[in-house]
Amino acid sequence: MSAVDAIAPRRRLPASLTLWLGIVLVGLHVFVALLTLVWTPYDPTALSGGRLEAPSFAHWAGTDRLGRDLLTQMMIGSRIALIVGIGAVAIGALIGVTLGILSAFANRLLDDALAATFDILIAFPTLLIAMLVVAMSDTANLFSAILALGIALSAVIGRLTRILAKRVLLTDFITAARTSGTSWPGIVAEHVLPNIWPTLSVNFALQFGLAVIAEASLSYLGLGAPPPNASWGRLLQEAQGTVYTAPFGAIAPGIALVTLVIGVNLLADGLRDLADPTRRGRR
Amino acid sequence: MPQSGKDRILTAYLLRRSLILVLSLFIAAVVLFILLRLLPGDPANALLGVGATEAQIAAARAQVGSDQPLATQFVGFIGNLVRFDLGASFVSRASVLAEIGNRMSVTLPLAIAGFLLAIVVAVPLGILAAVKANRWYGGLISVVSQLGIAIPVFWVGILLVTLFSINLRLLPSSGFPLRGWSNPGQATYSLVLPVITIALVMAASLLRYVRSATQDVLGSDYLRTARALGASFPEALVRHGIRNGAVPVISILGIELATTFLGAVVVERVFALPGLGSMLLLAIQQRDYPNVQGVLFISTLLVLLIGFAADLLQRFVDPRLRNRARAA
Repeated sequence: MSAVDAIAPRRRLPASLTLWLGIVLVGLHVFVALLTLVWTPYDPTALSGGRLEAPSFAHWAGTDRLGRDLLTQMMIGSRIALIVGIGAVAIGALIGVTLGILSAFANRLLDDALAATFDILIAFPTLLIAMLVVAMSDTANLFSAILALGIALSAVIGRLTRILAKRVLLTDFITAARTSGTSWPGIVAEHVLPNIWPTLSVNFALQFGLAVIAEASLSYLGLGAPPPNASWGRLLQEAQGTVYTAPFGAIAPGIALVTLVIGVNLLADGLRDLADPTRRGRR
Repeated sequence: MPQSGKDRILTAYLLRRSLILVLSLFIAAVVLFILLRLLPGDPANALLGVGATEAQIAAARAQVGSDQPLATQFVGFIGNLVRFDLGASFVSRASVLAEIGNRMSVTLPLAIAGFLLAIVVAVPLGILAAVKANRWYGGLISVVSQLGIAIPVFWVGILLVTLFSINLRLLPSSGFPLRGWSNPGQATYSLVLPVITIALVMAASLLRYVRSATQDVLGSDYLRTARALGASFPEALVRHGIRNGAVPVISILGIELATTFLGAVVVERVFALPGLGSMLLLAIQQRDYPNVQGVLFISTLLVLLIGFAADLLQRFVDPRLRNRARAA
């Protein structure tokens, strides 16, 4: 710790419920996802109990129609959801932020072309296109889903980045940086990215949620990765068939999904409030 | 002549926006063409059984047109789309367009009814939430709208089935009549839960937009001026607020209607409805290329048209946008 840090007034930790709730929910899912790499209560494919057992001490979330432990599958679902969300947002951000920045710096013609491309891509029925791509690729379903979703997200991220970056480029400190001879990659790294990051990251969280929901929808429609890498969507689809006898299986995976998506959104909201003092306390 | 100047601006905007619409549709068609050609396997395989002879394969390829050079296939593909000729299903030999029309009689009422119900629920609640800001239901609305963006629509459907069909035995979880609307009573009855499902999710996300649009209106100078000039609060809100608040909400509504339509595709699966979504799923499973292509093209067309309509509507509601040469 440097001397300056020691003297500077300690930033009061926000009693922000939003942030803490977000940290707890996301942390729980991350912990469970990592845990499944080394340990699960049962082998996900093993028939460890009777069919459609209700939740019990041995099977906390009951068993599915084949007698597999549902909690184990839900825990693996956390891992799948995090992979899908992070993967899709990473691909979307890589393409979207790059093109958005390029568009903001480009001449009028390229800028217009890129802006129109973003608008057209956004108008596309993403889920339908993803359905097609995933259904037709016979191998590595999860990866093609992530890729399809990532490309779809890139248009939204690209459009937002372009607008935000253009706004920054109009400010006086950019003019100053340009006058003092900073190269444009330097301007991007030192001024543009840090300034648009708070808004972008909140949007990433939103896109993360959308990607997780979209993949669950694909899986629900029977177009997702096959077991044992099943997502929550597939669990819900399987449980719907037996919802009359075992309603719990049709509820629990949905709760898992909602807690993750809400957790990520709350975390992003909380972090933004923390980074932006003008928003603190406003809801 | 300011009036003709305004007209010229409007015409220019209409032309520009229509050009974008046509261009978008063309690009959508190109993407569709590329996607369907990139996929592994020849579309002709869908016509053939296992162990087809060389001659049969060649005949099937000639019938489908996949023996032609790609450029020829592309020109034919675009030509057919322009004439709205979507071909015939590989499996049932039925006209794709007729089948889509048939399926639309389920999907469109479902999406539109869900959309309208969501507006009826979300607009008054959203305005109320903004007007009565610091009460406990301000917090409640926040929670509801957080849930709205985090809940997959199909899970809401499953939950409603669990509650209303299984526990309360009030409404059917499926049972749309096979002969469609020839039995309107039963058809409507079986659509009640699906419509509520769509409306709930959409209303939850619409709520936050209505609320924030209303909050902007409430903080505005023109509302304060109207109040200062003697208008009562409800009067000022209705006369000045609604029109101003409607502008951002309309553009969101366009997106939401498109989302609703796509959500209907998934919700159909929950309630076993014979709509466009189940047609697409079946077509994908059967590798029925004309049907896949047709559904995707028509859906994209609909989504683009909704966006077009929302943009135009926004212009007519807001004179400031109407008279601006270039939309932001």
